[in-house]
Amino acid sequence: MKTSDSEASNTFQLDGEDIPFTPGQTIIQAAKAHGTYIPHLCWHPDFRAHGSCKLCTVKVNGRFGSSCTMEAKPGLEVENRTTELDDKRRTLLQMLFVEGNHFCPSCEKSGNCTLQATAYELKMVSPHFDMFYPDRAVDASHPDILLDFNRCIMCSLCVTASSEVDGKNVFYMGGRGLLGRRVHVSSESGKLADTDFALSDRAASICPVGVILKKRRGFAVPIGERTYDLAPISEQPAEQTP
Amino acid sequence: MTFELETAISPEKLRRVAIDPVSRVEGHGKVTILLDDDNKVHQVRLHIVEFRGFEKFIQGRPYWEVPVMVQRLCGICPVSHHLAASKALDMMMGVKQLTPTAEKIRRLMHAGQILQSHALHFFHLSSPDLLFGFGSDVAARNIVGVIAAHPEIAKKGVLLRKYGQEVIRMTAGKRVHGTGSVPGGVNKSLSAEERAELLKDAYQMVAWSRDAVGLIRQLFEQNLTEYNRFGRFRSAGMCLVAADGSMDLYHGGLRARDADGNTMFDHFDYSRYWDVIGEDVKPWSYMKFPFFKSLGPEDGSYRVGPLTRVTHCDSIPTPLADKEREAFVAFDGGSSAGATLGYHWARMIEMLHAAECIKDLLHDDDIIGHDLMATGQRQERGVGVIEAPRGTLIHHYRVDENDQVIRANLIVSTTHNNQAMNTAVREVAKQYLDGVEITEGLLNHIEIAIRAFDPCLSCATHALGQMPLEVAIVGADGNVIDEATRDHRGLTRLVS
Repeated sequence: MKTSDSEASNTFQLDGEDIPFTPGQTIIQAAKAHGTYIPHLCWHPDFRAHGSCKLCTVKVNGRFGSSCTMEAKPGLEVENRTTELDDKRRTLLQMLFVEGNHFCPSCEKSGNCTLQATAYELKMVSPHFDMFYPDRAVDASHPDILLDFNRCIMCSLCVTASSEVDGKNVFYMGGRGLLGRRVHVSSESGKLADTDFALSDRAASICPVGVILKKRRGFAVPIGERTYDLAPISEQPAEQTP
Repeated sequence: MTFELETAISPEKLRRVAIDPVSRVEGHGKVTILLDDDNKVHQVRLHIVEFRGFEKFIQGRPYWEVPVMVQRLCGICPVSHHLAASKALDMMMGVKQLTPTAEKIRRLMHAGQILQSHALHFFHLSSPDLLFGFGSDVAARNIVGVIAAHPEIAKKGVLLRKYGQEVIRMTAGKRVHGTGSVPGGVNKSLSAEERAELLKDAYQMVAWSRDAVGLIRQLFEQNLTEYNRFGRFRSAGMCLVAADGSMDLYHGGLRARDADGNTMFDHFDYSRYWDVIGEDVKPWSYMKFPFFKSLGPEDGSYRVGPLTRVTHCDSIPTPLADKEREAFVAFDGGSSAGATLGYHWARMIEMLHAAECIKDLLHDDDIIGHDLMATGQRQERGVGVIEAPRGTLIHHYRVDENDQVIRANLIVSTTHNNQAMNTAVREVAKQYLDGVEITEGLLNHIEIAIRAFDPCLSCATHALGQMPLEVAIVGADGNVIDEATRDHRGLTRLVS
């Protein structure tokens, strides 16, 4: 078998472009470092990969794989923004939208929401599937933080951040089935007020959607100045987005 | 108690004509008319059949979300709900005085709203009736017909509305359903560039608004008897006025006068509106019937909106509009100031006032200031009242210690005018439909009375003439005797 240039060096091909990597990096880590966007939701550069949302699925040498968990290797040929993959990603997004209650018009996270921005990026124009309209509560018991579970996409980032950075284990993934599974609060009452959660916790600012919200600050940033008003998610500066 | 023509004595013997829907926009309205064999009118009812539901589904939501969420009540005047909710939540937050920049940006936003909504209401929705005649050819009786026959009038209407929308976009972030007003203030002021951009056309808007007042005056002069008589009825009225009694569409105290013009209450603190206003229910309508408590549900109905505001205020604090107010109330011995179609004249005077306010505010340096938010001592509830384009708008919320809304009550302009609109359509039915064969043109007279009050019940008809409409005349035995349809292209077909 012929040895290509990328096999001889620490690079792989992503949609025909040479992407350098350092040994141990995953495909998505190398792509992000290079400034190339691979759609994703549950992956965050500060945390270990979770591999659950499957939005970062790419084709590696013709086979599907999660770019957040697959190590970059010399000579890999990776497909990313193909019509086939973006179609599948759009379907995953549509399923996430109908599983929860995502009402962007009145959501304070609108314009700063990774889910919404990714939907725009992937040209999702309708939910396609029937809405589930799950009955989910709002936990407003904490003096500084409001939890609106209607918008949970089960990325687990808050669970990881609270556990691994804050050392508090405030959140856990629980419940069964499509309607039951979501993030929960690990206090005996199930209320956030009965935990030691604080506004300064890393978990308080990790939510990619509108579940964990700082109280009394909604809509403080005007339309036109929000993160994704300025540029689509695929064109954001690397340090601005997860 | 029922009003004349509200309930027929023996409805089972009568045939029913229904205008359904009167509109497709948020006020899914319907008019039913009961006639006997001689086409004598026995009952006329305007039904607003929508279930609004906002009071219920904002329960449990965080209060800061409310001004953005409740404005979805309306696509024509969302700014009114956005601001009324913000004012209510200012009170809940204990904010007694906004920063000068915040108050002026909100006033600018509101003036933009009045300008665009009044332009839409008059030019796009109502002017076809007035320019072509109440029973004129339905194929041309729409804004496209106005563009063809009166291109200069149509152009001014379209550009006035566009300018108002631009004012809203620059103050709220979007032309429709923005986020600019937040409890305690605003999230943006104008940049110097935005101010300069709006100033370019501000004087043109004032001039065109003056022309619009001249146009409605001219139409009254040409059709004085019919315009003054059309759907006319005596009514009490209510609106906000400033401390000096002048017109203030953003803030003030409540002023009410009975049908004889006697003051019932004045400068009333709206935070206790329930002391003077009650809400009655009727078995045939989903919409409540507000009334002055001192007069009771039988005699206490009233009307709100431009006609009431222009005739109840002592003055208008912008010179050109005030001059037009004086001319209006003096015209023909004051006869048109009590006419249902006088709403349109008053509406154009208010549009001129809004254009003058925009021009003045754009010259005020506070609108480019950066002090946007105020704070105060938290309260359990808040009431916000504003004069929306169609009339007085009341928002009332209670918020718990966790920042969640636990109760809400909204009394919107259309609801205040419920009895007034019913009375107007009954008067029109008596004047035009009684004892004659019903035609599309005659049914349009009913809709013209509604349009005088409320664009949300007429926009589907007159935006592009595309309101599908079915009218069925059903005999006492339940069989359809005659029917007429208007399809999605606006074409009317009589079946028989």
